Amino acid sequence: MEHATNVEQVIKRFPKAGRDSLIPILQAVQEEQGYLSEDAVVRISRHLKIPTSKVYGVATFYNQFRFQPKGKYHVVVCRGTACHVKGSAKVLDMVTKALKIEPGKTTRDKMFSLEVVACMGACGLAPVVNLNGEFYAKVTPMKLHRIIEECRTKERGNG
Amino acid sequence: MSTFTIEANGQKLEAKKGETILSTLKRANIKVPTLCHIEGLPPAGACRMCVVEVEGSPNLVPSCSFPVAEGMKIKTNSPQVIHTRRTIIELLLANHPDDCLYCVRGGNCDLQSLARNHGVQVRRFRGARNRRDKDISGPSIQREPDKCILCGKCVRICEEIQGVSAIDFLQRGSKSVVGTAFDKGLNVSSCINCGQCIVVCPTGALHERSNVDDVLRALNDPESFVVVQHAPAVSVTIAEEFGMKPGADMDGKMVAALRRIGFKRVFDTSFTADLTIMEEGSELAHRVATGGVLPMMTSCSPGWIKFVETFYPEFTPNLSTCKSPQQMMGAIVKTYFAQREGLDPKKIVSISIMPCTAKKFEASRPEMGRDYTQDVDYVLTTRELADLFRIAGLDPATMEPEAPDTPFGERSSAGKLFGATGGVMEAAVRSVHFLLTGKELEELKIEDFRGMKGSKELHVKVGDLNVGAVVVSSLGQARRLLDEIKAGGRKDIHFIEVMTCPGGCINGGGQPIGTDIEAVKARMKALYQIDRDAPLRVSHRNKWVQRLYDEFLGKPLGEKSHQLLHTHYHKRDVMV
Repeated sequence: MEHATNVEQVIKRFPKAGRDSLIPILQAVQEEQGYLSEDAVVRISRHLKIPTSKVYGVATFYNQFRFQPKGKYHVVVCRGTACHVKGSAKVLDMVTKALKIEPGKTTRDKMFSLEVVACMGACGLAPVVNLNGEFYAKVTPMKLHRIIEECRTKERGNG
Repeated sequence: MSTFTIEANGQKLEAKKGETILSTLKRANIKVPTLCHIEGLPPAGACRMCVVEVEGSPNLVPSCSFPVAEGMKIKTNSPQVIHTRRTIIELLLANHPDDCLYCVRGGNCDLQSLARNHGVQVRRFRGARNRRDKDISGPSIQREPDKCILCGKCVRICEEIQGVSAIDFLQRGSKSVVGTAFDKGLNVSSCINCGQCIVVCPTGALHERSNVDDVLRALNDPESFVVVQHAPAVSVTIAEEFGMKPGADMDGKMVAALRRIGFKRVFDTSFTADLTIMEEGSELAHRVATGGVLPMMTSCSPGWIKFVETFYPEFTPNLSTCKSPQQMMGAIVKTYFAQREGLDPKKIVSISIMPCTAKKFEASRPEMGRDYTQDVDYVLTTRELADLFRIAGLDPATMEPEAPDTPFGERSSAGKLFGATGGVMEAAVRSVHFLLTGKELEELKIEDFRGMKGSKELHVKVGDLNVGAVVVSSLGQARRLLDEIKAGGRKDIHFIEVMTCPGGCINGGGQPIGTDIEAVKARMKALYQIDRDAPLRVSHRNKWVQRLYDEFLGKPLGEKSHQLLHTHYHKRDVMV
């Protein structure tokens, strides 16, 4: 399994690691795999001798960790203060309804994934949404809806 | 240890240096309400129910974790303290489901009684009601996370006492929830079904999978022949469910009440405890004689069995292959007893009453049955038995004691001792000594195996052999011992008794809720009292066990025994 060996290789970079290395390892594995698989969590917990429930508990505490692979289109909605004031709650509400997934999850067809971050540092453009690395400024629910539909149309075109 | 005086509510109290305010107050019988506090574990200070006012301190302090200091002046019920506690309760109730009428813990819930005691009568804060899926996947334990108040007691007992850590806090802030790795069902987690989490849970967020309705259905089915067995530790705790002081033995009265409910036969699991001793004692002697895998470990406690299968699969050859007394009874009821009475085994419904939630899981194990029927059909905990009595309108305390039924009613008090930590070992030593030397022990009572200590050991001279015997209770203790053995130590041990719950079955996960260490000690004392006064104190002199061998089984470790009374174990592939 290529997947498993990748995780093992990441873990090997942390020999003699103690429980204080848990978060760096989780980050490194996520960097490698794009998400934390069950298998990865089990391997990490075995390496650090921490129960899996605890590793999973720590990982779910932080927004940065996800447990499903990213979709083809990765939508990041900013929920920082400035974006909030400018209505990002409505934007997030729309996108969860349109994609029928909660933040941190990926649609079943693996097309879209959703992430919420606290601030992207682009407060002047609030509310901000990031789609596969591209920033969209002053987003409204309508505007984002159009963006998502465009992605869908493109995929349909690709057949 | 240095002591000094502090003052609480104007009363002078003696305090020991280093202890917490709560322990000082407890000694003086001053009650402070707690929710997240577990006696004997380091304080968590999570719930803030136990706050008190300390003169000179700007804020209220949590008495469970705040150390006493000389000259401290404490108020435990000042207006500020009471106001704060009430607010805490009101906040806890803000998103609570409020379905006390339908809750298994209604009437026996810490949150409910705190609310009542603090005069909370209106809902002052309205949060969004918790809505989370129930986890009904477990064979023994069910979770209702929307009733959880996140006190963390279950998480701590699972980790710090049992060394299992099947559950932990997941998510953060208002989304926090107690759950397993990847929030899966308990059935596929590393949970070993011990139920200690249920016993400490202050609300109805954790409870056993109830089989009361199944038992009632069986009792009302004219086609079924319903037999029941009750475990050694049940008779000394069921009284507490009916308002009596801990430590009262209701053996005969309980048997009478079980008959009133409609069970056709009432058997005593202590009988098969005696049988277990015959098999397990012979197995130990056999292993010693033939150079088998040592140290041998007891197999009566199903939580422990799953623990070994899950966390220490390399030790499964060390486990005795004997089934637990519950399963031995189940097996002989559906074979020997059915034959003797001319009954179709498929029409027998075999019920057991256990102090244990893991027994439900054990009874459902696929290897515990034959011809597509399970040996034990339903397992009730002590608490469920009390429910059954209440449904039937019976108060066992008012019954005239009756004796259990033949052929599995007679027991030695050695079998009864199985209910407390060290009891299996004591019973085994009494009989193994006789089996190997042909002589009885001069003193049957073995003090070294008794009491609440988590780990006890003794080297017993049996003939020429110096048998090293270790007794541990709670899986945290067991884990320490296994790690020692794994590291190559403890070559002097031959036999290890492990009980999953601290103190043994008398403190099992199916026992009455809301008890403290003193209650457990009282239950233990009751078992020792029974042993002291019993006419028959050794398993190998149980006449009906001998008769069972003569008429049916042949000899210990014989072929029939092997088929019916012994089992095997699997490695469990779960996320640990």
